[in-house]
Amino acid sequence: MEDAVSLTDTPHTRSADASFIRRMLRMRETGLVAIILVLFVAMSIASPYFLTWVNMRAMVMAFAVEGIVVVGMTILLISGGIDLSVGSVTALAMVVAGWLFLNGVDPWVASAISIAVCTGIGAFMGFFVTRVGLHHFIVSLAVMVIARGVCLLGTGGRPLGLYTLPPEFKFIGQGTIGPVPVVILIFLAVVIGFDFMLRRTTLFRKVFYTGSNEKAAAYSGIRTKRVIFFTTTLCSALCGVAGIIYMARFGSAQPTFGIGMELNVIAAAVIGGASLKGGSGTIFGAILGAVLLSVVSSSLALLDVSVYWQDIIRGSILLTAVSIDHYLVKKRA
Amino acid sequence: MTDDVILKISNLSKSFGPVRALKGVDFELRKGEIHALAGENGAGKSTLMNVIDGILQPDSGEISIDGQRVKIGSPAVAQKLGIGFVHQEIALCPDVSVAENIFMATTNTSRSFLMNYHALEKKAAAVLGELVTIDPSTLVRDLSISHQQLVEIAKALTLDCRVLILDEPTAALTEKEAQILFRIMRRLAGKGISIIYISHRMVEIFDNCDRVSVFRDGCHITTRNVADVVPDDVVNAMVGRVIDELYPRKQSEDERSEDVILDVRNLSERTRFKDVTFQIRKGEILGLAGLIGAGRSEIVKGICRLEGKVSGEMSLNGLPLSLTSYKDSISKGIVYLSEDRKGDGIFLEMPISANVSALKPEQVANALGLIVRYKEEAQAARLAARLNLKFGALTDPVSSLSGGNQQKVAIAKMLWVDPKLIFLDEPTRGVDVGAKAEIHRILRTLAASGVGILVISSELPELIGVCDRVLVVCEGRISGEVSGKDMSEENIMHLASVGGVRPSLH
Repeated sequence: MEDAVSLTDTPHTRSADASFIRRMLRMRETGLVAIILVLFVAMSIASPYFLTWVNMRAMVMAFAVEGIVVVGMTILLISGGIDLSVGSVTALAMVVAGWLFLNGVDPWVASAISIAVCTGIGAFMGFFVTRVGLHHFIVSLAVMVIARGVCLLGTGGRPLGLYTLPPEFKFIGQGTIGPVPVVILIFLAVVIGFDFMLRRTTLFRKVFYTGSNEKAAAYSGIRTKRVIFFTTTLCSALCGVAGIIYMARFGSAQPTFGIGMELNVIAAAVIGGASLKGGSGTIFGAILGAVLLSVVSSSLALLDVSVYWQDIIRGSILLTAVSIDHYLVKKRA
Repeated sequence: MTDDVILKISNLSKSFGPVRALKGVDFELRKGEIHALAGENGAGKSTLMNVIDGILQPDSGEISIDGQRVKIGSPAVAQKLGIGFVHQEIALCPDVSVAENIFMATTNTSRSFLMNYHALEKKAAAVLGELVTIDPSTLVRDLSISHQQLVEIAKALTLDCRVLILDEPTAALTEKEAQILFRIMRRLAGKGISIIYISHRMVEIFDNCDRVSVFRDGCHITTRNVADVVPDDVVNAMVGRVIDELYPRKQSEDERSEDVILDVRNLSERTRFKDVTFQIRKGEILGLAGLIGAGRSEIVKGICRLEGKVSGEMSLNGLPLSLTSYKDSISKGIVYLSEDRKGDGIFLEMPISANVSALKPEQVANALGLIVRYKEEAQAARLAARLNLKFGALTDPVSSLSGGNQQKVAIAKMLWVDPKLIFLDEPTRGVDVGAKAEIHRILRTLAASGVGILVISSELPELIGVCDRVLVVCEGRISGEVSGKDMSEENIMHLASVGGVRPSLH
């Protein structure tokens, strides 16, 4: 590695000079971190339970697995796509692996097959988008409904209890290494790995080119359809991974899991700076977006705000954050 | 004459943050005159026009129309005052018909509840009739760029305007279409309509305009009667220095080489072109002329496999050449600079360095496929210096650059892969005079260093000024070649239009 890689360094602004601090201040991530810190301080004062190990751990656990899906979604958004089926596909991953396990397949093999199935679903969507020429929105909307249907059909609508899962498998979802839950370690590995690749590899650079201007990318010799096929497939594959971790954590496969997940995931990516038009976004920003949403949820719960209000507040935050950002970007230009 | 001032602007200023786009500008437009505005990109012409059209509000200064002081708060107000503006960028709705586009503004103010499509199309046909034959029920998306531009102009003609602003209307037009436009402009001026005409092309200004105002760095430099000046005066006023030669020196007789870089034989595409045979020799700049739609871009895009299925034989530096894709073409050193810079040439929101490396980021990657950023920036910086690119930081988005510098980024992108052969499609479209001369100089240097250069341009003076040889394409075939003394606009136009007149161009 020629130079150190820091997470706060967006793919386009590598700074090695005195203007580093100024650039840091201009970055969206800095603003998000600031907002999160303010919330932290405010909540620590407002509620004695907020800044406790248990609450922190619960908060991180709450978004860690979904965070893996956020990674896939962010990459897909950068390439100019979108996926509404993430919640259903995550549930399907649980159901497929759970069903196989109940029918005597080794849980590791079942998980591998399940992730492969999810990857296949991504490839299926990628086919309709790049070969048939349909829009991501429509294709993934259809797959969202179909995958949910398959989940319900395969389970009769009831959760599959997987009481005999071997402990070494459950370790993925429930175990800890030292004080740190394995789930969080997996999450960090995925986030850091993809963040790094997104910034540095030629492969992911092509994702940015394609999302920024698909035609210009094609005129630069990039096979844009392959790129979009790849990002679509990758997003579903990561849903598969998330589904398996959820299964290990819950010890069951829930066919109704993840309804509405796509909204959370897209909101996190967009708050973190991904554009629905493609071409921009960072993993680090998207995860900060997820953290923000999670801190807000946790705070509202601790403050005994009604669940119904929580949705209203979360939606308002999304609108506010994106509006402020849009305003700042316009002002800068 | 001087009593007939319709539009008067005095001491007008406008700033964008720290940038002072207009500094105390004075301007007068007389009734029935065609008044050219000249100036490099960023000189303040567009800002001034946007102020007149109510899109921007001035910080200080006055605008009066017919001696009455006015405040133009929005384009709707401008329209009421009789100001029509044809923007350089096409702003039509692609999914509705030509007729509906033309009457968009009138439909907007009309009180009737239902659309009368039949009457609309009839009226549209009447307006279009004098410009070009387009079926008014066609969807705008199905039109060529030049026809879209004509629809845009037709749209402005339907407004009952006293002042018509045309911002580089001929950028996308063929010579012939441009001539039609000039005829209409003169007729309108005869009816007492005043026209503000923005163009980078001196020939157009001198052939068609009455007066010319030159802007530089947000200041109004001078206004002169066209009859009293020569093009060099205007160009010198624009750049504020003397440009000795507009075009770089061409190849001399004894520099001519017989070494062939690209040899194309009987290249055909199903519908777009047929039996195209030509050679690009070492050291020369070859031009490709023709009307828009004649197949110029299609031929070069076919050669480098960007579009179409071509048959025929090609060889590069004496070796047979067969390409499977544009990616393959790039890897063999044949690259294409697109005519539509913003549409498919560059990544506007991405940093300059990432734009420059786009054809082959692998070149600065290590064994693991990781981009080594300091290498990327160093190489981008080298190319930027070579092209005399004006920029803040290589990490700035390309959108922060002026048109001419954006085009240099697009050229730097080609040079990244050390090409053997470059096809440039309209390389100086929308580029100001200074940058244009620089781009021409760059092309000459590249040609001299042994890179094959083929330039497509709709601007004949450019082709004649820059190229050593010009091939003319007419209806998908090479209809002739001109070089040396035979290179004249008349000869090229003749070759471009022989073999029948295309119905869509009258």
